[in-house]
Amino acid sequence: MSSTFDAVANIIAETCDIPRDTIKLESHAISDLGIDSLDFLDVAFAIDKAFGIKMPLEQWTQEVNEGKATTEQYFVLKNLCAHIDALVAAKGA
Amino acid sequence: MRFEYFQLIDRIVNLDLGERTIRTQATVPVASTIFEGHFPGFPLMPGVLLLESMAQASGWLIIGVTGFSRMPFLAAFNQAKLRAFVKPGDSLEITAALTHEGSGFARTKAEIRNDGKLACNAELTFRVVEFPNQEFRRHMEKAAAALAFPMESPANG
Repeated sequence: MSSTFDAVANIIAETCDIPRDTIKLESHAISDLGIDSLDFLDVAFAIDKAFGIKMPLEQWTQEVNEGKATTEQYFVLKNLCAHIDALVAAKGA
Repeated sequence: MRFEYFQLIDRIVNLDLGERTIRTQATVPVASTIFEGHFPGFPLMPGVLLLESMAQASGWLIIGVTGFSRMPFLAAFNQAKLRAFVKPGDSLEITAALTHEGSGFARTKAEIRNDGKLACNAELTFRVVEFPNQEFRRHMEKAAAALAFPMESPANG
C-alpha cells in the first residue's frame, strides 16, 4: 500500500500539477484535490501503465451513478490504492 | 478531404487490428473558402484541421478495435507538433497507433506525412462511450462504407 500510494501520489502531482506534500492517503481525488474528469483520464492512463492494469473506471462510475457505491470508495486515495493492489494481485494470480 | 463536411479522411488504406494501427489517405482540396482567409496569397491547411485529421484517423482505429461497438470522442492532445506547411493539393498519409485502451478512454499516437516527410504528429486521448443513438451509429456506418472501412475486420479480430 505504501509504495502504491507513493507511486499514485507522484503520478497525481506530476500529471495534475498538484504539490506532492498536499496529497495524503485520506485525500479525495475529486473533492479534495480538485482533479476533474479529463485530468483523471491522464491519471488513469499513468496508473494503468505503471501497474500494468486496466482500472475499471466505467464500472466504478456506473456503481456510483446507480447508488451502489460512493465516490469515497473509489476516489479517496487509500481506497483507490487498495483497489489498485487488488487489481495487481488478480493479474498475478 | 471535404472541409465543408468536416470529412478529413478520404480512404482507409489499411486497418491492422493485431498491430492496432491504421493507415489512411487524404488529399487537400485545391480550392476552398478556408484558403481565402488562411492565408490570402499564401494558402495553407490550418493546423487545427491537421490535428482533426489525426483525430479522425485515430477515431476510425478505435472504432475498429472496439468492433464498431463504441464511439470515441476527442478529449485531449499532447505533444502536438506542426512541423511543416501543408498546401492545397497535397496528398497526405495519416497514420495512428493505439497505445492504450483504458476503461472508457483510449490513447493514440498519430502522424501525418506529406510526400513521405513528417508534417505533424501528436498523442491523442479519447473518451470512448456507447453510441449516443442508433441514428448516429447508422451515420457512422455510412461514413465508414464511404471510406472503405473494412466492416468484416471486427468479426475476424
